[in-house]
Amino acid sequence: MKFRLLPLLLLAASAPVLAQQTAAPTATPSAQPTEEGGLSGAVSDESDWQDLGIAIPAFATNEDVPTQASSGSTGATGFAVAQVITADLRNNGLFKPVGPDSLPRPSFEQVQAPEFATWSGRSAEMLVQGYVRASGDGNLTVGCYLYDVALKQQLTKAGWVVPPSDWRRAAHKCADVIYSRLSGESPFFDSRIAYIAETGPKDRRMKRLAIMDSDGANHRFVTTGQATALTPRFSPDYKSILYLSYLNGNPRIYIYDVERNTQRLLVQSTNPTFAPRWSPDGRWVLYSMAIGGNTDIYRIPSAGGTALKLTDSPGIDIGGSFSPDGSKIVFESDRSGSQQVYVMNADGSDQHRVSFFGGRSATPEWSPRGDQIAFTHIAGNFRIAVMSPGGGDMRYLTDSWQDEAPTWAPNGRIIQFFRTARGSGKASIWQVDLTGRNERRLPTPVDGSDPAWGPIRP
Amino acid sequence: MTSLKTAAVLLLGSIALSACATKAPKDLPPDPGAAVNTSTNTNGGTLQGPTPGTQADFVAQMMGQDTVYFDTDRYNIDSQDAAALAAQAAWLGKYPAKHATIEGHCDERGTRDYNLALGERRANAAKNYLVSLGVDAARVSTVSYGKERPVALGSDEASWAKNRRAVTVTVD
Repeated sequence: MKFRLLPLLLLAASAPVLAQQTAAPTATPSAQPTEEGGLSGAVSDESDWQDLGIAIPAFATNEDVPTQASSGSTGATGFAVAQVITADLRNNGLFKPVGPDSLPRPSFEQVQAPEFATWSGRSAEMLVQGYVRASGDGNLTVGCYLYDVALKQQLTKAGWVVPPSDWRRAAHKCADVIYSRLSGESPFFDSRIAYIAETGPKDRRMKRLAIMDSDGANHRFVTTGQATALTPRFSPDYKSILYLSYLNGNPRIYIYDVERNTQRLLVQSTNPTFAPRWSPDGRWVLYSMAIGGNTDIYRIPSAGGTALKLTDSPGIDIGGSFSPDGSKIVFESDRSGSQQVYVMNADGSDQHRVSFFGGRSATPEWSPRGDQIAFTHIAGNFRIAVMSPGGGDMRYLTDSWQDEAPTWAPNGRIIQFFRTARGSGKASIWQVDLTGRNERRLPTPVDGSDPAWGPIRP
Repeated sequence: MTSLKTAAVLLLGSIALSACATKAPKDLPPDPGAAVNTSTNTNGGTLQGPTPGTQADFVAQMMGQDTVYFDTDRYNIDSQDAAALAAQAAWLGKYPAKHATIEGHCDERGTRDYNLALGERRANAAKNYLVSLGVDAARVSTVSYGKERPVALGSDEASWAKNRRAVTVTVD
């Protein structure tokens, strides 16, 4: 199935051209200070995430007609799109949106000429309006507009033509536009997650590869569970997934083709292979292989070819995560006697330890922004923490019995991980922002572990 | 060793109460599951042991010594492990056609990838010791299950001690 989500270059005559991102990196509506000081500056580690009132009424339509979308007619889809946007913005702690359930629906004509008086009367600071229109070819056109109610001003607008099956993507794109415009950060809602779905008792867990949208929708079990599956990673183009499978009894890494539902061994070897990771450009794969009990890290072209051994220590060297520019790799090694985080060049040179925090430091993941490394800190409990690539500024983001395996949102502002319950061993997927204050559990049909967040979709 | 074997026959069914000197916890963990076949060969006689040379026979003969246990994050073979592996090597020496798979395991208090590597290291430590006792390396394979297959289900030190283990399973 070929991906089709066309940015809308020209809306119909009544609609303006596609909004472009304004050049200003900050999202300061200059005359709209709130009690906390307004939406000044980018959302960063130090600043508070603002509780901004955003009204998101149902998207209008020019004509309520049936569609092939799971959401129903254009009118019903307009309602559902507003619900998805509301959930995106609410669940990530940044805003306090009010959704379509409790708001009047604007007319198609009002989408570009809001009744500002009505909305300011409802104490909305921001207003999101839009429309859903059926195209003649069966596709849907979705327009998305963000207004500053007090300024009576349009802040941004965008539109997309999507096949009906991708209606949720249009909603995520709209949420991304709003989030980016107001926070100054890069988008992340239109992305997907691979993870391991878990069922069954603690000593006989069934573990299946599964994938879903960033909000948990469009969930799909990829493997049957006959062979235990672990540690998936989406390729940057979302076409394939690296993961570990006990197929035929031995743990080895496979590349699963999501479109064809086929898979192949990453490395032709009888030795066990673990901990697969893509390079940011998808051209390389890092993996760890044990020979005679000694595990080292290797790099191999994802298309196949000759592997390069990157580490050669008698300890366990495992995992690995490329810096966004692909020049460096952060990895885990117990060569000093316990699990610690090390950084090396992508060719294996200049290996040096960066974690000196006491306890153990494991599962490092380089932020897509390059500015931080997320990892699991083990000192009694297991907690998600971040540090600078040089090993400074260590901060905890979570505090629970066992949180592990962080994975970054595409914009490097949110981290997902999995949490294991003491006793039952039940695992669940959570996410937390870089302030550590906005933590929430992701909805999954069954228990979940080993999340891997993919990049923003093309 | 002879006395142990005799005891095995006499005490069939009370394997878990074995007093043999390993550092295994007093209450041995339950059967780890599908990979190990401990069902005794029911060939009539109630005092009859399992058919010699079978996995059931191996488990009965070992009286818990089919498993060696490790300290947190460690994979060294201590004297109790050595005694258990010597018993395994003796059995394998008696049945030279048998192969063995050593399953390496970890407790739940480790990260997933690292535990896979650590389980592999434990299984190999046990294998290397068997080889040092004269068992042909080609007869012994290893597989790591990391923290995926605990036998003790609690989240406490006693359970974790039972789960940090290498289990030898014989195969034809």
